[in-house]
Amino acid sequence: MTITIQLNGRPVTAEVSPDTLLLDFVRAHGCASVKCGCETAGCGLCTVFLDDVPVLSCSVLAARADGHSVTTLEGLQDEAAEFVGFIADQGADQCGFCNPGFVMNTIALLRDNPDPTDEEIRSYLAGNLCRCSGYEGQLRGIRSFLNSRKEGAQ
Amino acid sequence: MSGKSYRVVGHSLRKKDAMSLLLGKPVYLDDVAPKGALVVKLLRSPHPHALIETIDTTNALKVPGVAAVYTYKDVPKTRFAIAGQTYPEPSPYDRLILDRHLRFAGDPVAIIAAETDAAAARAMKLIKVTYKILPAVLDPHTAKDNPVLVHPEEDWFPPCNVGGDNRRNLVASEVGGDGDVEAVLADCDIVLDRTYHTPACNQAMMETFRTYTALDGYGRLRVLSSTQIVFHARRILSRALGIPKSRIRVEKPRIGGGFGAKQTAVCEVYPAFVTLMTGRPAKLIYTREESQIAGSPRHEMEVHLRLGANRDGHIRALDVFTLSNTGAYGEHGPTTVGLSGHKSIPLYTGGLEAFRFGFDVVYTNLQPAGAYRGYGATQGIFAVESAVNELAETLGMDPTAIREQNMVREGMRMPAYYGEPNNACALDRCMARCKELFDWEHRYPVRDMGDGRVRAAGVAMAMQGSCISNVDVGSATIKLNEDGGYNLLIGAADMGTGCDTILAQMAAECMDCPVEDVAVFGADTDASPYDSGSYASSTTYVTGKAVELACAQLKQKLCALAAQKLGVAESGVEFTPSGVVCPADGRVLTLSDLAYAAQCGSQTALEATVSHSSPVSPPPFMVGMAEVEVDTLTGEVRVLDYKAVVDCGQPINPALARTQAEGGIVQGIGMALMENVTYDRHGKPVERSFLQYRLPTRLDMGHLQVEFEQSNEPTGPFGAKSIGEIVINTPSPAIAHAIYRATGVWHRSLPITPEKIAMGKQ
Repeated sequence: MTITIQLNGRPVTAEVSPDTLLLDFVRAHGCASVKCGCETAGCGLCTVFLDDVPVLSCSVLAARADGHSVTTLEGLQDEAAEFVGFIADQGADQCGFCNPGFVMNTIALLRDNPDPTDEEIRSYLAGNLCRCSGYEGQLRGIRSFLNSRKEGAQ
Repeated sequence: MSGKSYRVVGHSLRKKDAMSLLLGKPVYLDDVAPKGALVVKLLRSPHPHALIETIDTTNALKVPGVAAVYTYKDVPKTRFAIAGQTYPEPSPYDRLILDRHLRFAGDPVAIIAAETDAAAARAMKLIKVTYKILPAVLDPHTAKDNPVLVHPEEDWFPPCNVGGDNRRNLVASEVGGDGDVEAVLADCDIVLDRTYHTPACNQAMMETFRTYTALDGYGRLRVLSSTQIVFHARRILSRALGIPKSRIRVEKPRIGGGFGAKQTAVCEVYPAFVTLMTGRPAKLIYTREESQIAGSPRHEMEVHLRLGANRDGHIRALDVFTLSNTGAYGEHGPTTVGLSGHKSIPLYTGGLEAFRFGFDVVYTNLQPAGAYRGYGATQGIFAVESAVNELAETLGMDPTAIREQNMVREGMRMPAYYGEPNNACALDRCMARCKELFDWEHRYPVRDMGDGRVRAAGVAMAMQGSCISNVDVGSATIKLNEDGGYNLLIGAADMGTGCDTILAQMAAECMDCPVEDVAVFGADTDASPYDSGSYASSTTYVTGKAVELACAQLKQKLCALAAQKLGVAESGVEFTPSGVVCPADGRVLTLSDLAYAAQCGSQTALEATVSHSSPVSPPPFMVGMAEVEVDTLTGEVRVLDYKAVVDCGQPINPALARTQAEGGIVQGIGMALMENVTYDRHGKPVERSFLQYRLPTRLDMGHLQVEFEQSNEPTGPFGAKSIGEIVINTPSPAIAHAIYRATGVWHRSLPITPEKIAMGKQ
């Protein structure tokens, strides 16, 4: 079957089989940031935006995205660059394999809720596993980004 | 005590690869492996113990797009070990690429190579196998001298004598000690006799095992693998495939986590075999299920110990015996077990009069175990630290006070730690600071919060090593470039730990330049100097020292060249950040001048390579304290707060050291409360995905706080010891202690699940 997806703002038309996963589709179309960690919708690594809503691309068929827009970290470099340096300053990037999914969901969180509490951050990102960092450095990084943004606004 | 102040070392610089990783750049194996490789899949045994009676690949080979299907009939007959260890490996040579004898549910039966994933999957279903099912050894307690042998083969071969005997299902066995344990125990006021159990746990690094192989322009086998051990992987492949090492090149890209899992060549041989046979590129990416059931998890251990003490809290004797379950193959079996005694007993060197430590490592028909952060020390420390907590509670003493009374201190020789000296040790300061940070005085007492909820606290200490003494080799090559910058070539593997960055920090400190001027490359067996690899907590301590020494050598070469060019004696010049100067007349040759001079009519290579090995393995130390809230009605445990103070010598990059500690603590919390590798009664693995094998999320770990108490290790680079492994060791005993305080029940078997707590089971 032929599908057309707005992938990071550009229309992509391709032939797919009915069981092609959105994860495999976006990786095959240049979006290598999207990682597979578990295949069972349990780790958050494959998070992409489907019409601006975060979804787990390992559990969405490519065919379902036909006619919709899909955004990956490749399409959000500027928005991500605003805050990921704060994660780097904590050394919380570590192996980095979970970073794209974590960054995508953090962008979604901050779009939904520009001034979250620590509990809101933990709760929103609970589905994003990280085996390296112990999460605390990611939280400190987001917090220091928010603080610096507030200081900048004053 | 604060250490020396440095310009680059001791500063929290960003990892050199941080922005690439955080912005999702294509840097991992599956991002960089060329397209068009054959997809490799493995058909795995459904039975824990079986012989292949017949195997028919005819129909599988008819599937369009299938390039090859291989069975045990097709592979070389030389046994090998896949443990990444220095030759001769203590692990037995007990594997073939494919064997007719299948030893665990998940053991590979056939290799399928196809143009597409779908074709490989279809072919896998069409391989016809008849199995002769054998009785299986599923209980490590009955493994030794069981009539059922996991490895009856005649060509089973142990390269080192570690007391193993395949005719007894025994991989290794030893007893050693110091002093007369029985006499001291007989003289003690109190002897605790306890058995503790730690299960297998999976490293669960986010990137599963994966390898890409191809033949290069010279017909050599190029192996790109997510591995911690490029040089060991080359040696393992050479033996397994029967081709010379000079025909193999192993490289690693960025690695999506390892934690020891990738210190074993779990998947490399399969695509390598396909490439050799077909001449075509091949790629094998393990599914999460394969990583769960056929990976390289922590060794399940049962530690039986007797602890002898006087009523005043003086700990006088420790008698430890560990039964370790290595599963179907012996990777890391003989070595992990040693740490369960040698890195737990020395914590109590203070007043210890005698110790004994013995072990058996047995084969079973379960998933083979391997190296996982902590490497046996984690298991032994759960036992010894739990026993010390039990002693304190039995005697009515504060468990921090009993530790202060007995702990190992700076300057002591440690008989249970191979007699090595404790040159640098801030364990006492770690305890004092952790008590303060945690507010131990007020949080140790049990607090009833109403509704059946109880808050309580627990404590534990830990140690580890900083390398394998007299074995591990770390090397560094440093080269000067024409613009005055440097290349640093290493064979150690940054698996997310940040070693590329901290080694560059050390080089920048030595060469008196910004860290941006040091470009790091690693690891590639064709280009990197030899390094055992990144394991045994050794990279900072061993490879770091090699960097320091290589820099000193390069400086000396630069001075010699400058002296020659300036026509003065070598003693008449000095190395400075701007170049080599002759203080007598103020003349300067910049680094750029020198680099260009070495490129024109020169016989001097402005580079230095140094290999380093250490006769000692200085232990880092740590104290951890946990506060938990237990719902005594449901058994639910919430970790509220975890404080830890670590002595890793001089932290080279405090932010990265802190993150190592926090990550290790959360893995330890998982081990204490939720993680477990179990089997059904037929010996089939249960936790086949992250739906069953639950990792701690950010809602499961409470709040962490980590501080450092610095010591200055004289044999380490800039006073550094290690950080990577020790950090996983305190949560299990500290949390088990807190749960005892809350419930009055000691849980001596991990994980401590709500069911166990609610049922009050031991």
